[in-house]
Amino acid sequence: MNNRGYYAGFGGAFIPEVLNATFDELETIFEAAKADPAFWPEYEQIMSSYSCRPTPLTFAGNLTRHFGGARIYIKREDLNHTGAHKANNVMGQGLLVRRMGKTRVIAETGAGQHGVATATMAARFGFDCTIYMGEVDVERQRPNVFWMERLGATVVPVRDGSRTLKDAINEAFRDWVTNMDTTHYLLGTACGPHPFPEMVTYFQSIIGKEARSQIMAIEGRLPKRVYACVGGGSNALGLFSGFLDDPVELVGVEAGGKGLDSGQHASRLCSTDASIGVAQGYKTYFLQNDDGQMRETHSIAAGLDYIGVSPILSQFKDNGRARFEAATDKEVIDAVALTMRKEGLIPALESGHAFARAFREAPGLSSDDIIIINQSGRGDKDIFTVADAFEDPAWRTFIKRKAEHYHD
Amino acid sequence: MIESYIRVQREKKEILLMTHIVIGYPSLDASFKIVQEMVEAGVDLMELQIPFSEPMADGPVILKANQEALGGGITVRNCIDFAARVTETFDIPFLFMTYYNILFKYGVDSFAHTMAQIGVRGAIVPDLPPEEAEEYLAAMKRNNLSPIFIFAPNSSDARMRLIAGHGSGFIYCVARKGVTGQNTDFSADLDIGLARCRRATDLPLAVGFGVKDKADVDFLKGKADIAVIGSQTIRVVDEQGVGAIGDFIRGLS
Repeated sequence: MNNRGYYAGFGGAFIPEVLNATFDELETIFEAAKADPAFWPEYEQIMSSYSCRPTPLTFAGNLTRHFGGARIYIKREDLNHTGAHKANNVMGQGLLVRRMGKTRVIAETGAGQHGVATATMAARFGFDCTIYMGEVDVERQRPNVFWMERLGATVVPVRDGSRTLKDAINEAFRDWVTNMDTTHYLLGTACGPHPFPEMVTYFQSIIGKEARSQIMAIEGRLPKRVYACVGGGSNALGLFSGFLDDPVELVGVEAGGKGLDSGQHASRLCSTDASIGVAQGYKTYFLQNDDGQMRETHSIAAGLDYIGVSPILSQFKDNGRARFEAATDKEVIDAVALTMRKEGLIPALESGHAFARAFREAPGLSSDDIIIINQSGRGDKDIFTVADAFEDPAWRTFIKRKAEHYHD
Repeated sequence: MIESYIRVQREKKEILLMTHIVIGYPSLDASFKIVQEMVEAGVDLMELQIPFSEPMADGPVILKANQEALGGGITVRNCIDFAARVTETFDIPFLFMTYYNILFKYGVDSFAHTMAQIGVRGAIVPDLPPEEAEEYLAAMKRNNLSPIFIFAPNSSDARMRLIAGHGSGFIYCVARKGVTGQNTDFSADLDIGLARCRRATDLPLAVGFGVKDKADVDFLKGKADIAVIGSQTIRVVDEQGVGAIGDFIRGLS
C-alpha cells in the first residue's frame, strides 16, 4: 500500500479537484490521531461508556449441538448502541470531526442503520446532521427515518438513479463539494476514496481485537474460520483485522439474493457479474455492464444492497487471503429463524448471511474446530422488514388494523 | 492543437464560448440538432458528455440528462459514433467530457486512440486527478490529445502549478465550490481567484459552473479566455425546445 491508499491495485482516490484539500486535511487528522497514544484509549473509553464495548462473544451451545460439527461462537455487535457495528465507525469519525473543528456531519444510509448511528453521534457531540437516503429506502425503512428525525437530523430522500444507497452516496458527495469547510462526510463503510477504507477499517478493527482476545481467554486457541457478511465490507474487515496474522480462514458472505444465476443479487466478489471499475471515488469490483454503467442490485438485506465493495476485500479476493461466498435470501431467512429458535438471538438479515454460510460449513468441521460468526446487527429493530421477509400473516393483519386507526 | 486554436480565436473575440451537451439527451437526433444550432450561433468549442450512471460532480440538471440518456438506451458506442458524425460535419474542436469509469472500462489506451481517430481533440474527466492519471496522460500524449484539468477555488497555488504541469489545451477553472448548474456569485471574490489561476499557468483559462447569461459572460471578459455554458443550455432546451438554442447562444455575446 502506498500513501494514495492502494491495496494491490484497488482503492485510490478518484476525487474532484475541489475535494483535494479536504481529503488532505482528513488524511492528516487521521494519521495524527493514529499516532497519538491517547487517541485509541479515548475511543475505547467512549465505546465502553456510550455503547456496550467490549461486546460479548457468545458460545452457541445449542447450534453447536444441532450441527454436530465445529464449536460456534457469535460476536455480539448487535449489542452496540443503535444495534449494529455501525456505531464503532460513527463514534470514531465523530472524534476526528471534533479534532478538525467542523460543526456539521452528513452521511448516506441504505437500511438506515448508519443514518441512525450518525444521528445519535451528532446529537451527543452537538453537530448539525443531514442524512441522504434513497427514496426507495425511505419507503421501506420508515421507522429508521422516524428515529433520525427525532434525533434531530434532516433526512433528505434521494430521487435520482435507482433511488438507493449508491445514489445517496452520490448526493452526499454533492453536498460535500459545496460545504466541505464546515462539514465532514461520515462515510459508513470501508469503501470510497482513500483514506475512508483504511479509516473505517481502523475503527471497526475493535471487533476483531476483542474477538481474538476473547476466544483466547475462553478456549485458549484460535478459531479455524471466522464468518462475516459483506456489504461495503466494514464489519467483515473489523472482524478479519483481529486474525490477519493468524492461520485463520476469513470467510466473507455476500448477498446471493435470488441466486447468482438470477442476476438479482449483490455479489461482487463471488459472482462473475462484477468487474473492476472506478466509481464513487475508488477502484474495486463493481456490478456494472460492459460500458461501465452500474447495474441494479438486489438483496433481502438493504445493508448489503450495493454495487461496490471495499478495495481491501478486493485485494483479499485476488490474493486469496479471504474466501468469499454468497447466501441467498431464502437461506438467510432459514438461518435467522433457526438462530432465533435455538439460541434466542435475533440477527439482522444482513448478519444472517454470515450465519447461513457458517451453518452450511459447520457440520463438515470437527468438534475440535472453532468458528466465530459476526452478528453485525440486531434484527428486532427492523421488525417491519423481518416480518415481511417471514411473510407473517398475523403481523399483516395487525398492520392493516393499525393502519385503520389512522384513517380519518 | 486546441491551445493554438484558442489563441487564434482570441485575436478575433474578447471571450470564447464553450457549450456542453449530454449525448443522447433528449435523443441522439435532438443532440445533433442542438450541436448544429450551437455551432451556427458561433460557439467556439464544445464538450460532448458521455452519460454515466454515477455523475458525482454534476448537479440536478445534468444528472437528470445523464439518467434519461441512459434510460433511453444510449451506449458508449452510440456516443463515439455520434462524436464521429459531429466532428465530420462541424469545424470547431470537440471534447469528450465523462467520468473515468467510461474510459477505464473501454480501455484507456483504446479510448484515446478512438478519440484521435474520430477527431475529438481532448477530454475533461472530473473524477480523475493528476495523481491517478498516469496511464491516461500517457495515452493522451501518444495520441496528441489535450487532457483538460480543473482548478478549484480552494486549490492552493502550488497545487495549481502541479495541475497545470499536466494539462494541455486550456485549464478549466471552476467558479465556485459545489456541483454544476447552481448559481454563482460573479463578484470580486471570483476576480481574485481568477487572478490566482492566471498567475499559476500560461495555458488559456476557461471558467464554468453557474455561467448562465450575458452578464456572467461579460463579467469574465478580460479575466478568462473561455466562458463555459453547461446546465443553462439544457434548461433552455427543456423549457423552450431545441429551436431556442441558437437565439440563446447569440444573446450571450
